[in-house]
Amino acid sequence: MKTINHLKKALLILSFLPSLAFATEGIQLDKAPIDVSDHGSLQRGARTFVNYCLNCHSANYMRYNRLLEIGLTEKQIKDNLLLAGEKVGETMKVAITKKDAIKWLGAAPPDLSVEVRARGADWVYTYMRGFYRDSTRPTGWNNTVFDKVGMPHVLYELQGEQTLNHETHELKLTKPGRLSIEEYDTLIGDLTNFMAYMAEPVKQQRNQLGWFVLLFLGVLLVLTYKLKKAYWKDIH
Amino acid sequence: MSDKQNGQHQADSQTGASYQPNQSPQVNLEKRNFLIATSAVGAIGCAAVAVPFVKSMTPSERAKAAGAPIEVDISKLAPGGKLTAEWRGQPVWIIHRTEEMLAKLSAHDEQLSDPNLEVPQQPEYCKNKDRAIKAKYAVMLGTCTHLGCAPNESFVETADWDGGFVCPCHGSKFDLSGRVYKGSPAPTNLVIPPHKYLTETTLLIGEDGEVA
Amino acid sequence: MNYFTKLIGWVDERFPLTSNVKAHLTEYYAPKNFNFWYFFGSLALLVLVLQIITGIFLTMHYKPDAALAFASVEYIMRDVPWGWLIRYMHSTGASLFFVVVYLHMFRGLLYGSYRNPRELIWLFGVGIFLALMGEAFFGYLLPWGQMSYWGAQVITSLFGTVPFIGPDIAEWLRGDYLTSDATLNRFFAFHVIALPLVILGLVAAHILALHEVGSNNPDGVEIKKLKDKKTGIPLDGIPFHPYYSVKDLVGVVVFLMVFAVIIFFAPDMGGYFLEANNFVPADPLVTPAHIAPTWYFTPYYSILRAVPPIGISQFPGVAAMGLSVVVFALLPWLDRSPVKSIRYKGNLYKAWLAAFVISFLILGYLGTIPADTYGQFGAWLGKADIATVVARICSVVYFAFFFLMPWYSKKDKTKPVPERVTG
Repeated sequence: MKTINHLKKALLILSFLPSLAFATEGIQLDKAPIDVSDHGSLQRGARTFVNYCLNCHSANYMRYNRLLEIGLTEKQIKDNLLLAGEKVGETMKVAITKKDAIKWLGAAPPDLSVEVRARGADWVYTYMRGFYRDSTRPTGWNNTVFDKVGMPHVLYELQGEQTLNHETHELKLTKPGRLSIEEYDTLIGDLTNFMAYMAEPVKQQRNQLGWFVLLFLGVLLVLTYKLKKAYWKDIH
Repeated sequence: MSDKQNGQHQADSQTGASYQPNQSPQVNLEKRNFLIATSAVGAIGCAAVAVPFVKSMTPSERAKAAGAPIEVDISKLAPGGKLTAEWRGQPVWIIHRTEEMLAKLSAHDEQLSDPNLEVPQQPEYCKNKDRAIKAKYAVMLGTCTHLGCAPNESFVETADWDGGFVCPCHGSKFDLSGRVYKGSPAPTNLVIPPHKYLTETTLLIGEDGEVA
Repeated sequence: MNYFTKLIGWVDERFPLTSNVKAHLTEYYAPKNFNFWYFFGSLALLVLVLQIITGIFLTMHYKPDAALAFASVEYIMRDVPWGWLIRYMHSTGASLFFVVVYLHMFRGLLYGSYRNPRELIWLFGVGIFLALMGEAFFGYLLPWGQMSYWGAQVITSLFGTVPFIGPDIAEWLRGDYLTSDATLNRFFAFHVIALPLVILGLVAAHILALHEVGSNNPDGVEIKKLKDKKTGIPLDGIPFHPYYSVKDLVGVVVFLMVFAVIIFFAPDMGGYFLEANNFVPADPLVTPAHIAPTWYFTPYYSILRAVPPIGISQFPGVAAMGLSVVVFALLPWLDRSPVKSIRYKGNLYKAWLAAFVISFLILGYLGTIPADTYGQFGAWLGKADIATVVARICSVVYFAFFFLMPWYSKKDKTKPVPERVTG
């Protein structure tokens, strides 16, 4: 029992390490509601991702048929997500080439396959909720966690328009969108959750397998310890 | 573990040596039991670790996606004609056989190595007279079963040739159902890949249909 | 005679099998008083084997091409069956290799394992350590992420600071005017074949030299001095096999549990084993905000940053960094204490060792944190900030530990060493 408690403590400390390593970043990030075992949330996030992000951003390392893992059927993937007649085994590509993107958008939108591993889920969650009106920017938009961002606010119809109070650094919704604040937060939560899943689809399997491996090694530890004791009885 | 018995236990103790090569039998039994248990569990562990490494060499998701079933439109394939599709990097032939061709196919059984399709070179649903789901259309891999060359088509009939394929490498002969003639170096009939009809004129190659 | 003994006999007439098994395992007598610190030698060997096996399997899928490298790593993580496990084993193994090797080296410091007659063992060991650093550095470029790229760019630039020939060396190393596809391709060659061969050769020499003179122990007593008159076996020696093979097995399982916890629950290790920035593909035009080497290089990196430049030349820092690694090789000749083990050394030596370890850890910590947390490194003494001052003090302690050793180890009040090991 005691060892299990120690183990839990150790795991807890490990899980806090990321926040320690990046605690020095100045910007306050909101905690993203990540639960990659929530298939409903992942499926909603996948739809948002395909409908909005996948027009400019690719996810070149993510295969559509991997979504079978999150409870979608092959038919659902074909009917709801494959909008340009791709095959289910293909990866989430975009038609826009890097050269064209630089010409039209000023910069190539990054591939989002491992974005959450690069920036963290909280960053993505805060970023997608952090757009505000800024007339000094060519796109008319700026962002609280990504100053002078090149990307316009693609979801403004859903969220509405926010403005930033430059003294309190607080965002205020000045023009409501089609969704309420809570609905929009849920939408972005699901999207972030999906992107977290996509960044490392194997994570759940990895954690589950881990317990079996530790259990097995625990048994082996007892045996090797007993074996050692049996041999070392000879040594005085 | 040397079990050679000698009476040195006493003498060694006097010199203060830590290690005496001989041990009492009771201790050995305990050692043996834990040695067997540790070895057995350790061997299971090693085998379990080997599995991921062996599996990492099987086709990846990318290879599987590239080898996914392909759809072939055969609506424009004229009677007596042949169409070649590519599936998993191999040529797949689709031959539109005429009534005359089909009639001749059942007449030369005695010249063939395996006319009754004993060797499983085709899915169950093609183990029939015409070696096909629909008699008109023969589907097969265009890869010789001898050493993997691509046989040439030789559809023109002569007095002693009913039309079929001849392999340029070592002269193996096959009929229009892909069955090999006796005396060919090729040991078996040409392989029929899994396939099914999506519509009357659309074939899906690489996926089994319902077993009739 | 059964078939097995017959087979062994057949082999023995043609190859020294039995005699080698005896010399290195069943009749290699090791001191009976090995403690916790003596697990790490065999564990280092285990990690080496794991790295080689996982490395071979990664090579089957990895592409050493600037256009394909990053994608091929993600391909391994997603498309190759179990590729993620093999990759995490390799990336975690790299960091744990350094954990194990640092603890193994610290054992040497504790018990004077570098002293006569073990100088060559120690020198081979320092050689392994240097080769391992090279191996880790070359391997770190291969994922071709931002940290890989800029890490390689910075380190190759260090060679550029060598007076006169530096720029040419840096360019020759990279094979281009900056880190590029050519660099990646050659680093791949160094990582998968050149340095592994060097390491294997040095490890063989390290073990052969050890088995020639015999192992040291926590008491620093030479067990070969007192042998059983009849058998010629050291009185305090026990056969490595089976006693230490079964004991090391326990250590191996404990190590594997730590290994498994990291692989399955925290393969990034909060950014220390796999850095967030390395999930962004290499971009020669954009330098990431916080660029730091992997944790096992950070103490030396801090020394590099702590040493002020002379004029515009950064070479003094680079030289100090190089010296901070190579200086370990001098230990056998710096230590003038009449005793080997810390158990019989006096408080003076213990204080110096403690100061060294603390300095090493602080330097390591300072190397991992972003330069703007405690201040920028490198300013001159007058306007130096906290980080620079601390790093400079620690660097001085680091070198003083080595270069003052001939003085304080001689002056130190030691205790009498017993005849035999104390268990």
